[in-house]
Amino acid sequence: MSESKADLVMNGGDGLRADLAIIADWIKTDSKVLDLGCGDGTLLAYLRDKRNVLGYGLEISPFDVEDCVDKNINVIQADLNDGLKAYFTDNSFDCVIMSQTLQATEKPDELIEEMLRVGSEGIVTFPNMAHWRARLQLGLMGIMPVTKNLPNQWFNTPNVHLCTLNDFEVLCNKHRIEILQRTVVDHSHRKGSWLMNLFPNLLGEIAIYRFCRE
Amino acid sequence: MPETIADDSVGIVETQTAHFSEALILECGKTLDAYDIAFETYGELNADASNAILICHALSGDQHAAGYNSMDDKKAGWWDSAIGPGKAIDTNQFFVVCINNLGGCKGSSGPNTINPETGKYWGPDFPIVTVKDWTLCQYRFMLSLGIKHWCAVVGGSLGGMQVLQWTIDYPDLIKHAIVIAAAPKLSAQNIAFNEVARQSIMSDPDFCDGHYLEKNTVPRRGLMLARMLGHITYLSDDAMRDKFGRELREGKLNFGFDVDFQVESYLRYQGRSFVDRFDANTYLLMTKTLDYFDPASAYNDDLALALKQTDARFLVISFTSDWRFAPERSQEIVKSLLQAEKQLSYIEIDANQGHDAFLIPIPHYMNVFTSHMKTIANELPGMPS
Repeated sequence: MSESKADLVMNGGDGLRADLAIIADWIKTDSKVLDLGCGDGTLLAYLRDKRNVLGYGLEISPFDVEDCVDKNINVIQADLNDGLKAYFTDNSFDCVIMSQTLQATEKPDELIEEMLRVGSEGIVTFPNMAHWRARLQLGLMGIMPVTKNLPNQWFNTPNVHLCTLNDFEVLCNKHRIEILQRTVVDHSHRKGSWLMNLFPNLLGEIAIYRFCRE
Repeated sequence: MPETIADDSVGIVETQTAHFSEALILECGKTLDAYDIAFETYGELNADASNAILICHALSGDQHAAGYNSMDDKKAGWWDSAIGPGKAIDTNQFFVVCINNLGGCKGSSGPNTINPETGKYWGPDFPIVTVKDWTLCQYRFMLSLGIKHWCAVVGGSLGGMQVLQWTIDYPDLIKHAIVIAAAPKLSAQNIAFNEVARQSIMSDPDFCDGHYLEKNTVPRRGLMLARMLGHITYLSDDAMRDKFGRELREGKLNFGFDVDFQVESYLRYQGRSFVDRFDANTYLLMTKTLDYFDPASAYNDDLALALKQTDARFLVISFTSDWRFAPERSQEIVKSLLQAEKQLSYIEIDANQGHDAFLIPIPHYMNVFTSHMKTIANELPGMPS
Protein backbone atom coordinates (compact mmCIF):
# COMPACT_ATOMS: atom_id res chain seq x y z
CA MET A 1 0.00 0.00 0.00
CA SER A 2 1.32 3.44 -0.80
CA GLU A 3 0.04 6.92 -0.23
CA SER A 4 2.00 8.76 -2.85
CA LYS A 5 2.82 12.45 -2.70
CA ALA A 6 0.70 13.11 -5.73
CA ASP A 7 -2.35 11.90 -3.86
CA LEU A 8 -1.93 14.56 -1.25
CA VAL A 9 -1.76 17.44 -3.67
CA MET A 10 -4.95 19.45 -3.83
CA ASN A 11 -6.47 19.14 -7.23
CA GLY A 12 -7.55 22.37 -8.81
CA GLY A 13 -8.08 24.00 -12.14
CA ASP A 14 -10.06 21.25 -13.83
CA GLY A 15 -13.16 21.85 -11.75
CA LEU A 16 -13.41 18.17 -10.94
CA ARG A 17 -14.59 17.25 -7.42
CA ALA A 18 -11.51 16.28 -5.42
CA ASP A 19 -12.47 12.62 -4.91
CA LEU A 20 -13.05 12.29 -8.67
CA ALA A 21 -9.76 14.13 -9.31
CA ILE A 22 -7.98 11.56 -7.15
CA ILE A 23 -9.60 8.73 -9.09
CA ALA A 24 -8.67 10.44 -12.35
CA ASP A 25 -5.06 10.65 -11.15
CA TRP A 26 -5.07 6.91 -10.63
CA ILE A 27 -6.31 6.11 -14.14
CA LYS A 28 -3.70 5.45 -16.79
CA THR A 29 -3.78 7.31 -20.10
CA ASP A 30 -5.30 5.34 -23.02
CA SER A 31 -6.79 2.74 -20.67
CA LYS A 32 -10.26 1.18 -20.78
CA VAL A 33 -12.49 2.07 -17.87
CA LEU A 34 -15.94 1.09 -16.61
CA ASP A 35 -17.70 3.46 -14.21
CA LEU A 36 -20.46 1.76 -12.19
CA GLY A 37 -23.16 4.24 -11.27
CA CYS A 38 -21.51 6.89 -13.43
CA GLY A 39 -24.08 9.58 -12.56
CA ASP A 40 -24.08 12.48 -15.01
CA GLY A 41 -20.86 11.22 -16.62
CA THR A 42 -18.57 13.97 -15.27
CA LEU A 43 -15.69 11.61 -14.48
CA LEU A 44 -15.97 9.70 -17.76
CA ALA A 45 -16.07 12.93 -19.78
CA TYR A 46 -12.95 14.10 -17.95
CA LEU A 47 -11.15 10.80 -18.50
CA ARG A 48 -12.07 10.82 -22.18
CA ASP A 49 -10.95 14.43 -22.74
CA LYS A 50 -7.81 14.47 -20.55
CA ARG A 51 -6.65 10.87 -20.45
CA ASN A 52 -7.88 9.58 -23.82
CA VAL A 53 -9.68 6.81 -21.95
CA LEU A 54 -12.16 4.48 -23.63
CA GLY A 55 -14.84 4.68 -20.98
CA TYR A 56 -18.24 3.15 -20.41
CA GLY A 57 -20.72 3.99 -17.68
CA LEU A 58 -23.53 2.04 -16.10
CA GLU A 59 -26.36 4.18 -14.77
CA ILE A 60 -30.00 3.53 -13.91
CA SER A 61 -31.38 7.05 -13.39
CA PRO A 62 -33.08 8.38 -16.55
CA PHE A 63 -32.04 11.95 -15.71
CA ASP A 64 -28.39 11.04 -15.28
CA VAL A 65 -28.48 8.96 -18.46
CA GLU A 66 -29.82 11.97 -20.36
CA ASP A 67 -26.91 14.03 -19.02
CA CYS A 68 -24.46 11.35 -20.13
CA VAL A 69 -25.92 11.29 -23.65
CA ASP A 70 -25.65 15.06 -23.64
CA LYS A 71 -21.93 14.74 -22.86
CA ASN A 72 -21.52 12.07 -25.55
CA ILE A 73 -20.53 9.51 -22.90
CA ASN A 74 -20.86 5.79 -23.56
CA VAL A 75 -23.62 4.96 -21.10
CA ILE A 76 -25.62 1.81 -20.57
CA GLN A 77 -28.89 2.23 -18.75
CA ALA A 78 -28.95 -0.69 -16.37
CA ASP A 79 -29.10 -1.62 -12.73
CA LEU A 80 -25.56 -2.30 -11.59
CA ASN A 81 -26.37 -5.43 -9.61
CA ASP A 82 -27.56 -7.18 -12.79
CA GLY A 83 -25.88 -5.02 -15.41
CA LEU A 84 -22.33 -5.96 -14.54
CA LYS A 85 -23.11 -9.67 -14.87
CA ALA A 86 -25.28 -9.28 -17.95
CA TYR A 87 -23.06 -7.14 -20.16
CA PHE A 88 -19.40 -7.56 -19.37
CA THR A 89 -17.00 -10.38 -20.07
CA ASP A 90 -14.01 -11.37 -17.92
CA ASN A 91 -10.95 -9.09 -17.96
CA SER A 92 -12.46 -6.67 -20.45
CA PHE A 93 -11.43 -3.47 -18.61
CA ASP A 94 -8.23 -2.04 -17.16
CA CYS A 95 -10.13 -0.50 -14.31
CA VAL A 96 -13.65 -0.64 -12.87
CA ILE A 97 -14.70 2.37 -10.78
CA MET A 98 -17.53 2.58 -8.27
CA SER A 99 -17.82 6.00 -6.67
CA GLN A 100 -20.04 6.54 -3.60
CA THR A 101 -22.24 3.58 -4.46
CA LEU A 102 -20.79 0.53 -2.69
CA GLN A 103 -22.66 1.24 0.55
CA ALA A 104 -26.00 1.31 -1.28
CA THR A 105 -25.59 -2.01 -3.09
CA GLU A 106 -27.27 -5.29 -2.18
CA LYS A 107 -24.15 -7.42 -1.91
CA PRO A 108 -21.01 -5.27 -1.78
CA ASP A 109 -18.71 -8.28 -1.34
CA GLU A 110 -20.00 -9.97 -4.48
CA LEU A 111 -19.91 -6.69 -6.37
CA ILE A 112 -16.23 -6.18 -5.53
CA GLU A 113 -15.56 -9.70 -6.78
CA GLU A 114 -17.48 -8.86 -9.97
CA MET A 115 -15.43 -5.67 -10.41
CA LEU A 116 -12.26 -7.74 -10.38
CA ARG A 117 -13.74 -10.34 -12.70
CA VAL A 118 -14.40 -7.64 -15.31
CA GLY A 119 -11.40 -5.38 -14.65
CA SER A 120 -7.80 -5.92 -13.69
CA GLU A 121 -8.11 -3.16 -11.09
CA GLY A 122 -10.94 -1.66 -9.08
CA ILE A 123 -11.45 1.74 -7.48
CA VAL A 124 -14.14 2.35 -4.87
CA THR A 125 -15.06 5.34 -2.77
CA PHE A 126 -17.43 5.18 0.21
CA PRO A 127 -18.35 7.22 3.29
CA ASN A 128 -16.38 6.18 6.35
CA MET A 129 -18.72 5.12 9.16
CA ALA A 130 -15.85 5.42 11.69
CA HIS A 131 -15.31 9.15 11.14
CA TRP A 132 -15.21 10.89 14.52
CA ARG A 133 -18.50 12.73 13.97
CA ALA A 134 -20.27 9.43 13.29
CA ARG A 135 -18.54 7.86 16.31
CA LEU A 136 -19.63 10.80 18.47
CA GLN A 137 -23.25 10.47 17.48
CA LEU A 138 -23.42 6.72 17.96
CA GLY A 139 -20.96 6.40 20.87
CA LEU A 140 -21.94 9.35 23.03
CA MET A 141 -25.37 10.45 21.86
CA GLY A 142 -26.55 6.92 21.14
CA ILE A 143 -28.16 7.79 17.82
CA MET A 144 -27.54 6.58 14.27
CA PRO A 145 -25.13 9.02 12.68
CA VAL A 146 -26.50 11.69 10.37
CA THR A 147 -23.73 13.75 8.79
CA LYS A 148 -23.16 15.80 5.67
CA ASN A 149 -21.92 12.63 4.06
CA LEU A 150 -24.67 10.45 5.43
CA PRO A 151 -27.60 12.85 5.35
CA ASN A 152 -30.38 10.28 5.61
CA GLN A 153 -32.17 9.04 8.72
CA TRP A 154 -31.92 5.33 9.56
CA PHE A 155 -35.41 4.67 8.20
CA ASN A 156 -34.97 6.25 4.79
CA THR A 157 -31.32 5.72 4.00
CA PRO A 158 -30.36 4.00 0.75
CA ASN A 159 -27.08 3.10 2.46
CA VAL A 160 -27.78 -0.42 3.64
CA HIS A 161 -24.17 -1.60 3.84
CA LEU A 162 -22.13 1.07 5.58
CA CYS A 163 -18.61 0.25 6.64
CA THR A 164 -15.36 1.73 7.91
CA LEU A 165 -11.88 1.78 6.42
CA ASN A 166 -10.90 -1.05 8.75
CA ASP A 167 -13.95 -3.13 7.76
CA PHE A 168 -13.19 -2.67 4.08
CA GLU A 169 -9.60 -3.73 4.53
CA VAL A 170 -10.64 -6.84 6.47
CA LEU A 171 -12.99 -7.76 3.61
CA CYS A 172 -10.21 -7.26 1.04
CA ASN A 173 -7.90 -9.43 3.09
CA LYS A 174 -10.52 -12.18 3.33
CA HIS A 175 -11.17 -12.07 -0.42
CA ARG A 176 -7.42 -12.05 -1.20
CA ILE A 177 -7.62 -8.57 -2.68
CA GLU A 178 -4.52 -6.42 -2.61
CA ILE A 179 -4.96 -2.74 -1.80
CA LEU A 180 -2.76 -0.71 -4.14
CA GLN A 181 -3.60 2.80 -2.98
CA ARG A 182 -5.69 4.41 -0.27
CA THR A 183 -6.58 7.98 0.47
CA VAL A 184 -9.24 9.92 2.36
CA VAL A 185 -11.01 13.22 1.81
CA ASP A 186 -13.36 15.32 3.94
CA HIS A 187 -17.06 15.89 3.33
CA SER A 188 -16.37 18.74 0.93
CA HIS A 189 -14.25 16.25 -0.97
CA ARG A 190 -11.14 18.23 -0.08
CA LYS A 191 -7.95 16.26 0.11
CA GLY A 192 -6.95 15.35 3.61
CA SER A 193 -4.41 17.10 5.81
CA TRP A 194 -1.37 15.15 7.06
CA LEU A 195 -3.30 14.51 10.25
CA MET A 196 -6.24 13.02 8.36
CA ASN A 197 -3.88 10.75 6.51
CA LEU A 198 -2.21 9.75 9.76
CA PHE A 199 -5.55 8.70 11.28
CA PRO A 200 -7.67 8.00 8.21
CA ASN A 201 -10.24 5.79 9.93
CA LEU A 202 -10.91 8.49 12.54
CA LEU A 203 -10.59 11.67 10.50
CA GLY A 204 -11.31 10.65 6.93
CA GLU A 205 -14.89 11.15 5.80
CA ILE A 206 -14.69 9.55 2.37
CA ALA A 207 -12.36 6.64 1.66
CA ILE A 208 -10.88 6.00 -1.78
CA TYR A 209 -9.24 2.68 -2.56
CA ARG A 210 -7.53 1.20 -5.59
CA PHE A 211 -7.15 -2.55 -5.50
CA CYS A 212 -6.47 -5.66 -7.54
CA ARG A 213 -6.43 -9.44 -7.19
CA GLU A 214 -3.58 -10.62 -4.92
CA MET B 1 -56.91 17.02 -43.00
CA PRO B 2 -54.40 19.37 -41.36
CA GLU B 3 -56.20 22.70 -41.15
CA THR B 4 -52.95 24.47 -40.52
CA ILE B 5 -49.44 23.14 -40.66
CA ALA B 6 -47.55 23.34 -37.39
CA ASP B 7 -44.29 25.30 -37.22
CA ASP B 8 -42.36 22.15 -36.37
CA SER B 9 -43.72 20.20 -39.35
CA VAL B 10 -41.78 19.71 -42.57
CA GLY B 11 -45.02 20.82 -44.23
CA ILE B 12 -46.18 19.61 -47.62
CA VAL B 13 -43.75 17.15 -49.15
CA GLU B 14 -43.70 15.35 -52.43
CA THR B 15 -42.79 11.72 -53.01
CA GLN B 16 -40.30 11.45 -55.85
CA THR B 17 -39.20 8.41 -57.82
CA ALA B 18 -35.68 7.56 -58.93
CA HIS B 19 -35.08 5.06 -61.71
CA PHE B 20 -32.02 2.81 -61.55
CA SER B 21 -30.97 1.01 -64.71
CA GLU B 22 -27.92 -0.70 -63.26
CA ALA B 23 -28.70 -4.38 -62.68
CA LEU B 24 -29.21 -5.40 -59.06
CA ILE B 25 -28.09 -8.91 -58.15
CA LEU B 26 -30.14 -10.01 -55.19
CA GLU B 27 -29.11 -12.39 -52.41
CA CYS B 28 -31.64 -14.94 -53.63
CA GLY B 29 -29.65 -15.17 -56.89
CA LYS B 30 -32.17 -13.36 -59.08
CA THR B 31 -31.36 -10.13 -60.87
CA LEU B 32 -33.45 -7.01 -61.34
CA ASP B 33 -32.28 -5.32 -64.56
CA ALA B 34 -33.82 -2.04 -63.52
CA TYR B 35 -35.90 -0.77 -60.64
CA ASP B 36 -37.60 2.30 -59.22
CA ILE B 37 -37.16 3.74 -55.76
CA ALA B 38 -39.77 6.08 -54.29
CA PHE B 39 -38.38 8.54 -51.78
CA GLU B 40 -38.91 11.73 -49.84
CA THR B 41 -36.38 14.19 -48.47
CA TYR B 42 -36.68 16.85 -45.79
CA GLY B 43 -34.25 19.69 -45.03
CA GLU B 44 -31.30 20.82 -47.10
CA LEU B 45 -28.12 18.98 -48.01
CA ASN B 46 -25.16 21.10 -46.86
CA ALA B 47 -22.25 22.14 -49.08
CA ASP B 48 -20.01 19.16 -48.35
CA ALA B 49 -22.91 16.69 -48.21
CA SER B 50 -22.03 15.75 -44.63
CA ASN B 51 -25.44 16.20 -42.98
CA ALA B 52 -27.46 13.44 -44.67
CA ILE B 53 -29.48 11.05 -42.54
CA LEU B 54 -31.13 7.91 -43.84
CA ILE B 55 -34.37 6.87 -42.17
CA CYS B 56 -35.15 3.16 -42.57
CA HIS B 57 -38.78 2.14 -42.36
CA ALA B 58 -40.27 -0.85 -40.63
CA LEU B 59 -42.55 -3.65 -41.89
CA SER B 60 -45.57 -1.58 -42.84
CA GLY B 61 -43.80 1.76 -43.27
CA ASP B 62 -42.91 3.66 -46.41
CA GLN B 63 -41.02 6.70 -47.71
CA HIS B 64 -43.54 9.14 -46.25
CA ALA B 65 -41.95 9.60 -42.84
CA ALA B 66 -42.89 13.20 -42.10
CA GLY B 67 -45.16 16.04 -43.15
CA TYR B 68 -48.14 15.81 -45.48
CA ASN B 69 -48.36 14.89 -49.13
CA SER B 70 -51.40 17.14 -49.51
CA MET B 71 -53.70 19.25 -47.41
CA ASP B 72 -56.21 16.39 -47.74
CA ASP B 73 -54.02 13.98 -45.77
CA LYS B 74 -55.72 12.75 -42.61
CA LYS B 75 -52.44 11.98 -40.89
CA ALA B 76 -48.84 13.14 -41.07
CA GLY B 77 -46.00 10.78 -42.05
CA TRP B 78 -45.34 7.77 -39.84
CA TRP B 79 -42.49 9.36 -37.86
CA ASP B 80 -43.63 12.96 -37.88
CA SER B 81 -43.18 13.02 -34.09
CA ALA B 82 -39.41 12.77 -34.52
CA ILE B 83 -38.66 14.52 -37.83
CA GLY B 84 -39.09 18.24 -38.45
CA PRO B 85 -37.69 21.68 -37.68
CA GLY B 86 -36.61 21.63 -34.01
CA LYS B 87 -37.61 18.00 -33.52
CA ALA B 88 -35.25 15.17 -32.51
CA ILE B 89 -34.13 14.76 -36.11
CA ASP B 90 -33.95 18.46 -36.78
CA THR B 91 -34.51 19.29 -40.43
CA ASN B 92 -32.91 22.70 -39.84
CA GLN B 93 -29.66 20.80 -39.27
CA PHE B 94 -29.97 17.61 -41.26
CA PHE B 95 -30.90 16.51 -44.75
CA VAL B 96 -33.24 13.61 -44.11
CA VAL B 97 -33.84 10.88 -46.68
CA CYS B 98 -36.43 8.13 -46.49
CA ILE B 99 -36.96 5.60 -49.25
CA ASN B 100 -39.61 2.98 -49.84
CA ASN B 101 -37.67 -0.26 -49.73
CA LEU B 102 -37.52 -2.51 -52.73
CA GLY B 103 -40.50 -4.87 -52.65
CA GLY B 104 -42.62 -2.19 -50.99
CA CYS B 105 -45.96 -1.04 -52.29
CA LYS B 106 -45.70 2.74 -52.24
CA GLY B 107 -43.99 3.47 -55.53
CA SER B 108 -40.77 1.47 -55.42
CA SER B 109 -40.50 -1.64 -57.57
CA GLY B 110 -42.44 -4.36 -55.84
CA PRO B 111 -45.19 -6.93 -56.26
CA ASN B 112 -47.82 -4.28 -57.08
CA THR B 113 -45.78 -2.82 -59.95
CA ILE B 114 -45.46 -4.06 -63.52
CA ASN B 115 -42.81 -6.62 -64.40
CA PRO B 116 -41.32 -5.18 -67.62
CA GLU B 117 -40.62 -8.67 -68.95
CA THR B 118 -44.23 -9.81 -68.82
CA GLY B 119 -46.14 -6.55 -68.88
CA LYS B 120 -48.15 -7.87 -65.95
CA TYR B 121 -48.05 -7.23 -62.21
CA TRP B 122 -45.09 -8.87 -60.52
CA GLY B 123 -47.39 -10.28 -57.86
CA PRO B 124 -45.92 -13.33 -56.15
CA ASP B 125 -43.07 -13.49 -58.69
CA PHE B 126 -41.30 -10.46 -57.30
CA PRO B 127 -38.07 -11.85 -55.86
CA ILE B 128 -37.77 -12.18 -52.11
CA VAL B 129 -35.44 -9.39 -51.00
CA THR B 130 -33.26 -9.32 -47.91
CA VAL B 131 -32.11 -6.55 -45.59
CA LYS B 132 -28.72 -6.82 -47.31
CA ASP B 133 -30.40 -6.20 -50.68
CA TRP B 134 -32.02 -3.15 -49.18
CA THR B 135 -28.77 -1.68 -47.86
CA LEU B 136 -27.26 -2.19 -51.33
CA CYS B 137 -30.19 -0.27 -52.85
CA GLN B 138 -29.85 2.41 -50.20
CA TYR B 139 -26.11 2.64 -50.87
CA ARG B 140 -26.68 3.16 -54.60
CA PHE B 141 -29.40 5.64 -53.79
CA MET B 142 -27.02 7.54 -51.51
CA LEU B 143 -24.42 7.82 -54.29
CA SER B 144 -27.08 8.98 -56.74
CA LEU B 145 -27.76 11.96 -54.46
CA GLY B 146 -24.06 12.88 -54.45
CA ILE B 147 -23.68 11.79 -50.83
CA LYS B 148 -20.49 9.92 -49.90
CA HIS B 149 -21.52 8.78 -46.46
CA TRP B 150 -24.46 8.99 -44.10
CA CYS B 151 -24.04 11.22 -41.09
CA ALA B 152 -26.49 8.81 -39.43
CA VAL B 153 -28.71 5.89 -40.32
CA VAL B 154 -31.76 5.65 -38.09
CA GLY B 155 -34.56 3.11 -37.79
CA GLY B 156 -36.93 1.28 -35.51
CA SER B 157 -37.90 -2.41 -35.59
CA LEU B 158 -37.13 -3.77 -39.08
CA GLY B 159 -35.71 -0.29 -39.70
CA GLY B 160 -33.24 -0.81 -36.85
CA MET B 161 -32.15 -4.06 -38.48
CA GLN B 162 -31.28 -2.14 -41.65
CA VAL B 163 -29.17 0.21 -39.52
CA LEU B 164 -27.24 -2.77 -38.13
CA GLN B 165 -26.77 -4.15 -41.64
CA TRP B 166 -25.41 -0.77 -42.75
CA THR B 167 -22.69 -0.83 -40.10
CA ILE B 168 -21.71 -4.31 -41.29
CA ASP B 169 -21.91 -3.86 -45.08
CA TYR B 170 -20.63 -0.28 -45.34
CA PRO B 171 -18.70 0.19 -42.10
CA ASP B 172 -16.93 3.37 -43.27
CA LEU B 173 -19.96 5.06 -44.76
CA ILE B 174 -22.02 5.50 -41.61
CA LYS B 175 -20.92 7.76 -38.77
CA HIS B 176 -23.80 7.19 -36.40
CA ALA B 177 -26.11 4.21 -36.04
CA ILE B 178 -29.38 4.59 -34.17
CA VAL B 179 -31.01 1.24 -33.61
CA ILE B 180 -34.43 1.39 -31.96
CA ALA B 181 -36.63 -1.49 -30.74
CA ALA B 182 -34.77 -3.98 -32.92
CA ALA B 183 -33.16 -7.41 -32.60
CA PRO B 184 -30.07 -9.06 -34.07
CA LYS B 185 -32.33 -11.74 -35.58
CA LEU B 186 -35.84 -13.06 -35.15
CA SER B 187 -36.73 -15.62 -32.50
CA ALA B 188 -38.77 -18.74 -33.25
CA GLN B 189 -41.76 -16.96 -31.70
CA ASN B 190 -41.30 -13.94 -33.99
CA ILE B 191 -41.13 -16.22 -37.03
CA ALA B 192 -44.18 -18.12 -35.80
CA PHE B 193 -46.26 -14.93 -35.68
CA ASN B 194 -45.08 -14.03 -39.18
CA GLU B 195 -46.03 -17.49 -40.43
CA VAL B 196 -49.58 -17.20 -39.05
CA ALA B 197 -49.86 -13.80 -40.73
CA ARG B 198 -48.68 -15.25 -44.05
CA GLN B 199 -51.00 -18.26 -43.77
CA SER B 200 -53.98 -16.02 -43.12
CA ILE B 201 -53.21 -14.07 -46.31
CA MET B 202 -52.45 -17.12 -48.45
CA SER B 203 -55.53 -19.05 -47.29
CA ASP B 204 -57.86 -16.24 -48.35
CA PRO B 205 -59.67 -17.46 -51.52
CA ASP B 206 -59.18 -13.98 -52.99
CA PHE B 207 -55.41 -14.40 -52.73
CA CYS B 208 -55.46 -16.34 -56.06
CA ASP B 209 -51.93 -17.64 -55.47
CA GLY B 210 -50.75 -14.06 -55.31
CA HIS B 211 -52.20 -13.04 -58.68
CA TYR B 212 -55.13 -11.16 -57.15
CA LEU B 213 -54.33 -7.83 -58.88
CA GLU B 214 -54.59 -9.56 -62.27
CA LYS B 215 -58.00 -10.76 -61.21
CA ASN B 216 -59.06 -7.38 -59.92
CA THR B 217 -59.47 -8.48 -56.38
CA VAL B 218 -57.68 -8.21 -53.02
CA PRO B 219 -57.33 -10.80 -50.22
CA ARG B 220 -59.02 -8.41 -47.81
CA ARG B 221 -59.87 -10.88 -45.08
CA GLY B 222 -56.44 -12.46 -45.07
CA LEU B 223 -54.54 -9.20 -44.98
CA MET B 224 -56.89 -7.85 -42.35
CA LEU B 225 -56.30 -10.91 -40.15
CA ALA B 226 -52.54 -10.61 -40.62
CA ARG B 227 -52.65 -6.98 -39.53
CA MET B 228 -54.91 -7.76 -36.55
CA LEU B 229 -52.44 -10.38 -35.41
CA GLY B 230 -49.56 -7.98 -35.94
CA HIS B 231 -51.31 -5.31 -33.89
CA ILE B 232 -51.63 -7.64 -30.92
CA THR B 233 -47.86 -8.08 -30.95
CA TYR B 234 -47.26 -4.32 -31.24
CA LEU B 235 -49.16 -3.54 -28.06
CA SER B 236 -48.42 -4.70 -24.55
CA ASP B 237 -50.93 -6.40 -22.28
CA ASP B 238 -50.94 -3.26 -20.10
CA ALA B 239 -51.39 -0.94 -23.06
CA MET B 240 -54.42 -2.92 -24.22
CA ARG B 241 -55.83 -2.95 -20.70
CA ASP B 242 -55.33 0.82 -20.40
CA LYS B 243 -56.75 1.51 -23.83
CA PHE B 244 -59.72 -0.86 -23.88
CA GLY B 245 -60.01 -2.82 -20.66
CA ARG B 246 -63.11 -4.98 -21.09
CA GLU B 247 -65.14 -2.03 -22.22
CA LEU B 248 -68.21 -3.01 -24.24
CA ARG B 249 -68.92 -1.28 -27.50
CA GLU B 250 -72.67 -1.08 -26.99
CA GLY B 251 -72.65 -1.23 -23.21
CA LYS B 252 -74.05 -4.79 -23.17
CA LEU B 253 -73.18 -8.30 -24.25
CA ASN B 254 -74.81 -9.34 -27.51
CA PHE B 255 -74.44 -13.10 -27.13
CA GLY B 256 -73.20 -13.42 -30.68
CA PHE B 257 -69.97 -13.46 -32.64
CA ASP B 258 -70.07 -9.87 -33.70
CA VAL B 259 -68.11 -7.17 -31.90
CA ASP B 260 -68.83 -7.01 -28.16
CA PHE B 261 -65.64 -5.52 -26.80
CA GLN B 262 -63.91 -2.30 -27.82
CA VAL B 263 -60.68 -4.16 -28.42
CA GLU B 264 -62.38 -6.24 -31.12
CA SER B 265 -63.69 -3.12 -32.76
CA TYR B 266 -60.22 -1.55 -32.64
CA LEU B 267 -58.53 -4.57 -34.20
CA ARG B 268 -61.13 -4.82 -36.95
CA TYR B 269 -60.71 -1.11 -37.70
CA GLN B 270 -56.91 -1.43 -37.82
CA GLY B 271 -57.17 -4.47 -40.06
CA ARG B 272 -59.66 -2.88 -42.44
CA SER B 273 -57.83 0.40 -42.82
CA PHE B 274 -54.57 -1.47 -43.47
CA VAL B 275 -56.09 -3.33 -46.40
CA ASP B 276 -56.76 -0.02 -48.12
CA ARG B 277 -53.17 1.12 -47.89
CA PHE B 278 -51.03 -2.00 -48.13
CA ASP B 279 -50.36 -4.81 -50.56
CA ALA B 280 -50.69 -8.42 -49.41
CA ASN B 281 -47.72 -9.68 -51.45
CA THR B 282 -45.54 -6.95 -49.98
CA TYR B 283 -46.66 -8.05 -46.52
CA LEU B 284 -45.67 -11.63 -47.31
CA LEU B 285 -42.35 -10.50 -48.71
CA MET B 286 -41.45 -8.18 -45.86
CA THR B 287 -42.24 -10.77 -43.21
CA LYS B 288 -39.85 -13.12 -45.02
CA THR B 289 -37.23 -10.36 -45.10
CA LEU B 290 -37.63 -10.14 -41.34
CA ASP B 291 -37.39 -13.91 -40.87
CA TYR B 292 -34.22 -14.15 -42.97
CA PHE B 293 -32.42 -11.31 -41.19
CA ASP B 294 -29.42 -12.71 -39.34
CA PRO B 295 -26.31 -10.68 -40.22
CA ALA B 296 -24.09 -12.59 -37.76
CA SER B 297 -24.64 -15.81 -39.71
CA ALA B 298 -22.08 -14.64 -42.29
CA TYR B 299 -19.56 -14.20 -39.42
CA ASN B 300 -19.68 -17.59 -37.67
CA ASP B 301 -22.74 -16.39 -35.74
CA ASP B 302 -20.49 -13.88 -34.02
CA LEU B 303 -22.28 -10.52 -34.02
CA ALA B 304 -19.31 -8.81 -32.37
CA LEU B 305 -17.14 -9.95 -35.25
CA ALA B 306 -19.75 -8.74 -37.75
CA LEU B 307 -19.75 -5.29 -36.11
CA LYS B 308 -15.99 -5.09 -35.67
CA GLN B 309 -15.16 -3.14 -38.82
CA THR B 310 -17.31 -0.10 -38.26
CA ASP B 311 -16.28 3.12 -36.54
CA ALA B 312 -19.88 4.20 -36.24
CA ARG B 313 -21.07 5.41 -32.88
CA PHE B 314 -24.22 3.58 -31.73
CA LEU B 315 -27.33 4.59 -29.87
CA VAL B 316 -29.43 1.54 -29.03
CA ILE B 317 -32.90 2.09 -27.56
CA SER B 318 -35.43 -0.42 -26.27
CA PHE B 319 -38.76 -0.20 -24.46
CA THR B 320 -39.56 -2.12 -21.28
CA SER B 321 -42.98 -3.43 -22.35
CA ASP B 322 -41.97 -4.35 -25.92
CA TRP B 323 -42.38 -8.10 -26.20
CA ARG B 324 -42.06 -8.32 -29.97
CA PHE B 325 -38.42 -7.18 -29.80
CA ALA B 326 -37.91 -7.09 -26.04
CA PRO B 327 -35.10 -5.17 -24.29
CA GLU B 328 -33.20 -8.47 -23.99
CA ARG B 329 -32.92 -8.52 -27.80
CA SER B 330 -31.42 -5.03 -27.84
CA GLN B 331 -29.13 -6.10 -25.01
CA GLU B 332 -27.74 -8.83 -27.28
CA ILE B 333 -26.75 -6.09 -29.70
CA VAL B 334 -25.25 -4.03 -26.87
CA LYS B 335 -23.21 -6.99 -25.59
CA SER B 336 -21.76 -7.54 -29.05
CA LEU B 337 -20.96 -3.85 -29.40
CA LEU B 338 -19.20 -3.85 -26.03
CA GLN B 339 -17.25 -6.91 -27.05
CA ALA B 340 -16.22 -5.12 -30.24
CA GLU B 341 -15.26 -2.04 -28.14
CA LYS B 342 -17.58 0.30 -30.04
CA GLN B 343 -18.70 3.71 -28.89
CA LEU B 344 -22.27 3.25 -27.76
CA SER B 345 -25.09 4.25 -25.50
CA TYR B 346 -27.94 1.96 -24.59
CA ILE B 347 -31.17 3.37 -23.24
CA GLU B 348 -34.02 1.30 -21.90
CA ILE B 349 -37.12 3.46 -21.92
CA ASP B 350 -39.73 2.75 -19.27
CA ALA B 351 -42.84 2.61 -21.45
CA ASN B 352 -46.05 0.60 -21.36
CA GLN B 353 -47.02 0.98 -25.03
CA GLY B 354 -45.26 -2.17 -26.20
CA HIS B 355 -43.41 -2.31 -29.53
CA ASP B 356 -45.42 0.68 -30.79
CA ALA B 357 -43.62 2.86 -28.22
CA PHE B 358 -40.86 3.56 -30.73
CA LEU B 359 -43.24 5.77 -32.70
CA ILE B 360 -44.60 7.57 -29.63
CA PRO B 361 -42.93 10.77 -28.36
CA ILE B 362 -42.30 9.56 -24.78
CA PRO B 363 -40.46 12.35 -22.89
CA HIS B 364 -37.37 10.38 -21.72
CA TYR B 365 -37.09 8.78 -25.17
CA MET B 366 -37.35 12.12 -26.99
CA ASN B 367 -34.94 13.83 -24.55
CA VAL B 368 -32.27 11.20 -25.12
CA PHE B 369 -32.90 11.10 -28.87
CA THR B 370 -32.81 14.90 -29.18
CA SER B 371 -29.65 15.23 -27.04
CA HIS B 372 -27.93 12.56 -29.06
CA MET B 373 -28.87 14.14 -32.38
CA LYS B 374 -27.56 17.49 -31.09
CA THR B 375 -24.17 15.94 -30.36
CA ILE B 376 -24.21 14.64 -33.94
CA ALA B 377 -25.19 18.06 -35.31
CA ASN B 378 -22.32 19.61 -33.32
CA GLU B 379 -19.86 17.49 -35.31
CA LEU B 380 -21.03 19.04 -38.59
CA PRO B 381 -18.78 21.64 -40.23
CA GLY B 382 -19.51 25.17 -39.14
CA MET B 383 -20.98 24.05 -35.85
CA PRO B 384 -19.45 24.95 -32.48
CA SER B 385 -17.47 21.95 -31.24
